[in-house]
Amino acid sequence: MSDRSGMPGEGLVKGLAVTLKTMTSRSTTQQYPDVAPELPPRSRGVIALLEENCTVCMLCARECPDWCIYIDSHKEEVAVPGAARPRQRNVLDKFDIDFSLCMYCGICVEVCPFDALYWTPEFEYAEYDIKDLLHDKDHLGEWMATVPPPPAHDPHGDPSKEETTAARKAVAPARPAAVRPKPGPAAGGTTP
Amino acid sequence: MPAWLELIVRVVGVLVAFLTLPLIVGQVEHKVMAHMQGRLGPMYAGGFHGWAQLIADGVKFVQKEDVTPRDADRPVFRLAPAVALVPYLLALLVIPLGPGDLVGQPLDIGLFFVLAVVGIGVVAVLMSAWASANKYSLLGGLRGAAQLLGYELPLVLAAASVAMAAGTLSLSGIVEAWRPWWLLWQAPAMVIFFVAGLAEIRRPPFDMPVADSELVFGYMTEYTGLRFAFFLLAEYVGIVVIAALTTVLFLGGWHGPFADAQLGWLWTLLKVFAVAFVIIWLRVSYPRLREDQLQRLCWLVLVPLSLAQLVLTAAVRLAL
Repeated sequence: MSDRSGMPGEGLVKGLAVTLKTMTSRSTTQQYPDVAPELPPRSRGVIALLEENCTVCMLCARECPDWCIYIDSHKEEVAVPGAARPRQRNVLDKFDIDFSLCMYCGICVEVCPFDALYWTPEFEYAEYDIKDLLHDKDHLGEWMATVPPPPAHDPHGDPSKEETTAARKAVAPARPAAVRPKPGPAAGGTTP
Repeated sequence: MPAWLELIVRVVGVLVAFLTLPLIVGQVEHKVMAHMQGRLGPMYAGGFHGWAQLIADGVKFVQKEDVTPRDADRPVFRLAPAVALVPYLLALLVIPLGPGDLVGQPLDIGLFFVLAVVGIGVVAVLMSAWASANKYSLLGGLRGAAQLLGYELPLVLAAASVAMAAGTLSLSGIVEAWRPWWLLWQAPAMVIFFVAGLAEIRRPPFDMPVADSELVFGYMTEYTGLRFAFFLLAEYVGIVVIAALTTVLFLGGWHGPFADAQLGWLWTLLKVFAVAFVIIWLRVSYPRLREDQLQRLCWLVLVPLSLAQLVLTAAVRLAL
């Protein structure tokens, strides 16, 4: 105490000032059950499935570190008018995520090449029975309604890949687009 | 008004003050402490900002089982909470709220009576400590006894200073004799009285007898239910009594900026709550004193200071 400079009792006054200042400033308590928390759009609450985008490529199930994604599918033939052969298409039968195993690493969302999986900030899906934490594809599809719009692009960040390629196409090679003739019999058929 | 009716009105008034003021102080403590720690405190009980939290606590305490340890000295153990509580009730009886007749029982030796009665607290501490048959209780009780006996001295000396200045032992008389410049003249006595009063009601930073991080809960360790609630209530009535005594002795009681005769009670209550707020504020801000620091502060700082204040008071009194 004596080795510090300053008036005696300065520390006591400082202590009182700290508590008084804290008292007069707003408290940071969130009234959670009454007031919903404002979570950032990239919060990892629950994973939503956009079933239409899924091609059953199984990447998510294979990359999942704790193997909590279960996928079943079958092939269906789709007759395309004018095509030589009917096309084959994967139809999703089962897409389950077991949230009692999921560790919210988000690798499945990262690897999905067709944007079929999304993070949503919803987190209130606790269950009384651990079996109910296995969300099937309908349940996962319901979460899609809660997926927030992606955050606005950082004005100081690099432009996105799509933007740069679009800009490059728009500026530099106006020539190939102009030179390339329209496909059809009227063009003379110089290009393949 | 017949004498018996007046008596009933006065007693009921004191009883109401005894039952409501501590609850208000307790609720204020909940909220002030929470906000000083960046929290909100109770928000649900009663609907509006948890105003009924202490009532809910009371209901909870009533429902709890009343346990008396097997080895406890049963009658003493059961009597101790009442002994802790009643002195403060008696003290409230003689503290004037406003000028004239606005006091439970005007007493010529009011100051003497209040100090004597508040001193009974040490008996309750020792009773509960010895009767609990628990080593933590005993340690807490002995600490409490040492603390209460030690701090009684500066408390009484500081009060004696202001009594000497006013030339009377009557609490109303002291308030009447009070002048604003006494705030300066009696300032050391006020600080000493306030600090010793804090120690007297075992409030942090002087809660060494309770010291919940080392002694479980000191002399209250074995108490449950309503008896424990009585001890807690005694602590909050203690805050009211110490705040009221500080107000009456040193802050001019019912003297306010205007309309002392009509609004005296309001000024007194405002001052009491301001002092109670400071008591809560100190609790939040300062850590507990160690036992040796506690005794050192009492015997090496407060007692000499209060003696010096006594000399100063006597000198000024003789010079005037």
